[in-house]
Amino acid sequence: MAENERALDNDQPVLIADGLSKSYGRLTACRDVSFALYPGEVLAIVGESGSGKTTLLQLLSAQLAPSAGHVSYRMRDGVLRDLAALGEAELRFLFRTDWGYVHQDPALGLRMAVSAGANVGERLMAVGWNHYGRIRNTASSWLERVEIDVGRIDDAPRAYSGGMRQRLQIARNLVTEPRLVFMDEPTGGLDVSVQARLLDLMRNLVNELGLAAIVVTHDLAVARLLSHRVMVMKDGRVIETGLTDQVLDDPCEPYTQLLVSSILPA
Amino acid sequence: MTAMIEISNAEKTFTMHLQGGVQLPVVRGVSFQVEPGECVVLSGPSGAGKSSILRMIFGNYRCDGGRIGIRHQGMQIDLAKAEPRQILSVRRATIGYVSQFLRAVPRVATIDVVAEPLIANGMARSEARERSGQLLRRLNIPGPLWALPPSTFSGGEQQRVNIAHGFISDRPILLLDEPTASLDAANRAVVVDLIDEKKRGGVAIVAIVHDDEIRHLIADRVVDVTSFAAAA
Repeated sequence: MAENERALDNDQPVLIADGLSKSYGRLTACRDVSFALYPGEVLAIVGESGSGKTTLLQLLSAQLAPSAGHVSYRMRDGVLRDLAALGEAELRFLFRTDWGYVHQDPALGLRMAVSAGANVGERLMAVGWNHYGRIRNTASSWLERVEIDVGRIDDAPRAYSGGMRQRLQIARNLVTEPRLVFMDEPTGGLDVSVQARLLDLMRNLVNELGLAAIVVTHDLAVARLLSHRVMVMKDGRVIETGLTDQVLDDPCEPYTQLLVSSILPA
Repeated sequence: MTAMIEISNAEKTFTMHLQGGVQLPVVRGVSFQVEPGECVVLSGPSGAGKSSILRMIFGNYRCDGGRIGIRHQGMQIDLAKAEPRQILSVRRATIGYVSQFLRAVPRVATIDVVAEPLIANGMARSEARERSGQLLRRLNIPGPLWALPPSTFSGGEQQRVNIAHGFISDRPILLLDEPTASLDAANRAVVVDLIDEKKRGGVAIVAIVHDDEIRHLIADRVVDVTSFAAAA
């Protein structure tokens, strides 16, 4: 937990959500969500399908415009900016370097037909790297970090297993040293043994790099392993929030108690 | 004013929403203090709320009322009202907790599980592992097991790994929930020695121990939890 926990002493939030809501006609997918996220902090958003988790993640990562409320992000120069007021170029910079976005389905976050090395290298080229040898070296070292055999660098992810694809997606996201990573059900759809390996890997990387992360998951075990803080969502609202072990070991709201008591023992 | 822990009128009630909102009062009016170098043992029958009190001091259970004053980095902080970030900071620097059962992360080697609290406070990995090995050796965990994750170990071995994890760093407060429950006599004696060393180093300890002999060896004071019974 090294850098990560030290970074918790940092007192300036990296992202602030203020009164975020999103409606589709009469349907409100997300209502009045407010919180602050600090550097090095991992926040889990839990709740069942349809609770508004993914909508919230898309609002936070500027992929959807809120119906009400604001998201502010502290740029690398230390200035807090409203995402809605950022220009195209600034948003592109955030997506290419300062943020990572790990999709549940790796096919959405990878280019399936180009080599693993190019998948990782592409993010570097987007920020101006142009020396082929350096790009390839950095890509290899990232494949190693996510436990992919460097001998597979020229294979396209189409030829990878589900777990390898997910690890490749993580390498592609982290290679630019982002300050904030969004993850949407990062272990969904994987075998449990593959899940455990991925979780362990993510936990170590997040700690080593001191990243802030927002992880959407319906799996409370994932929340317990990865996150410091949890927000429980139901019907588009945050119904309970707090320290992860506090919410899971001492849940107060009826719905949270139901979620916690619904875990099947292994 | 030198107390490390200063609890006044803390209370806890569980509301079981899945059982029709049944109220389950656990403890009420919990008040006691622990000075540096002092070991307070909580006594009372099973279900009296001993473990709940430890969890409240660790910030794992929320308090419904009262105050959990903790001396943290020279200031007193009320854990009953602290922000999650403050609780994490208190756990990192001030409070260690040895639970009854080890909750291990899959795939992490025993030696790294034990070294983790030191690395979290900035110690180099090699030195942290060195210290971790020394403590594991002292607790009679054989060297060939250190590279394995503790999830495959016996109950007693897991508990000793848990103890090593809790005792390795120099936090000024230590909470122990039945640290000797599944240990043999030789290992119980090691734990008593470790507790003694902590006390001499000025660590404030709150412990739950059912074994009368161990309690006699480590307790400076016994707090009877039945006096905090909330049911009546």
